[in-house]
Amino acid sequence: MNTIMIDRGEMDTGASPAEPPLSGQAPPSTPALQSLPPSSSTAPALSVKDLCVYFGPNQVLRSVSLEVPARAVTAIIGPSGCGKSTFLRSLNRMHDLVPSARVEGEVKLFGQDIYGPGVEAVLVRRRVGMVFQKSNPFPTMSVSDNVTVGLRLNGLRRRALLAERMEQSLVMAALWDEVKDRLNAPAISLSGGQQQRLCIARALAVQPEVLLMDEPASALDPLATAKIEDLILSLKKDYTIVIVTHNMQQAARVSDFTAFFYLGELIEYDTTSKIFTSPSQKRTEDYVTGRFG
Amino acid sequence: MSETAPIRPGSWRPKRGGAAVGDHVFKWLTLVMALAVFALIGAIGWQLAVGSREAMSRFGWHFLVSTDWDPRRQEFGALPFIYGTLVSSAIALLIAVPISIAAALFLTELAPPWLRQPVITLIELLAAVPSVILGFWGLSVMAPWLGQHVYPHLQAALGFLPIFRGAISPYCTLSAGLILAIMVIPIVTSVSREILRSVPGLQREAAYALGATRWEVTRIAVLSYAKRGLFGAVILGLGRALGETMAVTMVIGNSAQIVASLFGSGQTLSSEIANEFGEALPGTVFLSTLFELGLVLLGVTLVVNALAQLVLKTFAGPTAKQRP
Ligand SMILES: Nc1ncnc2c1ncn2[C@@H]1O[C@H](COP(=O)(O)OP(=O)(O)OP(=O)(O)O)[C@@H](O)[C@H]1O
Ligand SMILES: [Mg+2]
Repeated sequence: MNTIMIDRGEMDTGASPAEPPLSGQAPPSTPALQSLPPSSSTAPALSVKDLCVYFGPNQVLRSVSLEVPARAVTAIIGPSGCGKSTFLRSLNRMHDLVPSARVEGEVKLFGQDIYGPGVEAVLVRRRVGMVFQKSNPFPTMSVSDNVTVGLRLNGLRRRALLAERMEQSLVMAALWDEVKDRLNAPAISLSGGQQQRLCIARALAVQPEVLLMDEPASALDPLATAKIEDLILSLKKDYTIVIVTHNMQQAARVSDFTAFFYLGELIEYDTTSKIFTSPSQKRTEDYVTGRFG
Repeated sequence: MSETAPIRPGSWRPKRGGAAVGDHVFKWLTLVMALAVFALIGAIGWQLAVGSREAMSRFGWHFLVSTDWDPRRQEFGALPFIYGTLVSSAIALLIAVPISIAAALFLTELAPPWLRQPVITLIELLAAVPSVILGFWGLSVMAPWLGQHVYPHLQAALGFLPIFRGAISPYCTLSAGLILAIMVIPIVTSVSREILRSVPGLQREAAYALGATRWEVTRIAVLSYAKRGLFGAVILGLGRALGETMAVTMVIGNSAQIVASLFGSGQTLSSEIANEFGEALPGTVFLSTLFELGLVLLGVTLVVNALAQLVLKTFAGPTAKQRP
């Protein structure tokens, strides 16, 4: 459990990614919610309040409130169907694309409500990247185009720079060695696990401030999984990461904070060491020790 | 005694001999069907060739390159019809393809649900209009109106191009191209819409998650995924345009000539056959040349399709289908 400490000395140095234009100085939010992570003395990257998500008449998330600290890894765990993906997708407004979905409550990204009036979902998603549960590279595009497509969308045209960013992203995603000789091959020609790492590289290339990862390693072999975990650990110097995982060991290895969801509710949210060693809720304990799930 | 046996591994054996037999039958059946299509095309081609033997032996290859067509003076050259067929189809595609793909994109990506179904129904209705009705409308309404209100302006604006020079006839190659476009649009739109609908939602989400706008999502996730299929839709439209007869006959002006101007009248292979077939007496050279026109039309269609396949192979890139 060597990863619990967050180097808070690094917070809010000038090098931090662009602050939201609108936020001003957000007042330090200190509501007495049971679901606050302890020791979140600095402004959180994401602050979720009373989040409810409905699909048609079905309520899938029930008044979830939690704060995701900046530059740390927060793991979301819980049994299948409890709303983990739904929660993750509400953090970058992916539900906007589902006509039957309705989101209530508040999600603040560095103090700015991403569901607020006048906020464009496109700009939110440029700052909050996502890796999906099922890998979804653009199949007809080449490996390199897949990685650089986000940059090109944002107007980056210089070939040298694109090539450099592409290599960096592929190296970070532990894929470079396997694809460096076939960067022009279509993405469809990669193996399933390679495709997933390609998706990770694609998300990294645009340098989002927050990276949402929905079971990024569920299709990977142990070696690639270890590489992705190393990547996550190295990324948290600069990025805020929220990761959904079914793998308890993985949550314990990479995350600083862990949230346990059950039937659409946030049951417990605390430091990872607390959740895995002495959770305060019986259901959490049962789940992390594998007694139900 | 219907005592149910407990489920144990290996306790249930399907009672059918050789599961591979079905596969075998299926394989041969499909092969035979596929060959039947070839045989059919071959048979049609053969019949046309037999019918045109007389013309072939008389005019040889000259038939394909000669521009003179005057049955009374026994002059037979097919080039004006080949030209008319290719040009009117090209105009039709030039107009129909952008409109159809835009319409399909609108229907799949943008249209609010309440608008979608009415528009789809409308397009399907358009596809169901018999071509003779459409031609009649083109003859009595569209062509005169265009000739009076549109073509003069077009000439004023683009008259520096040879294709827009010269005397304006409302019954001309351009009118034929337009009526063909109207006939091609419903097909290409419907097929394109099906193809765009088959693009997985996950592809769109991937692009949205990169911060793409709706148009960017359409470009990088939808069009790049579907481009091969869309190309197929266009080929289907081209096939329709090349072979269409009735509506074209009624608006193209029916004169066997090659003029650079799209405002001049022309003729296509299919409408020449349709127009003259009733007048050609059995056993005459004239009838034989009409058969040969049919053979040429079949050839043009096959060549254009082959070229299209070649273009697809060369430029469209890999398929989006998951590897087996
Ligand atoms: N687009 C949708 N339309 C309708 N219902 C949905 C939709 N997406 C999710 N749901 C429902 O929301 C509930 C939570 O789904 P979600 O995908 O968030 O679960 P999860 O915790 O990610 O599960 P898993 O671990 O299996 O991925 C499920 O009951 C699911 O049926
Ligand atoms: Mg999920």
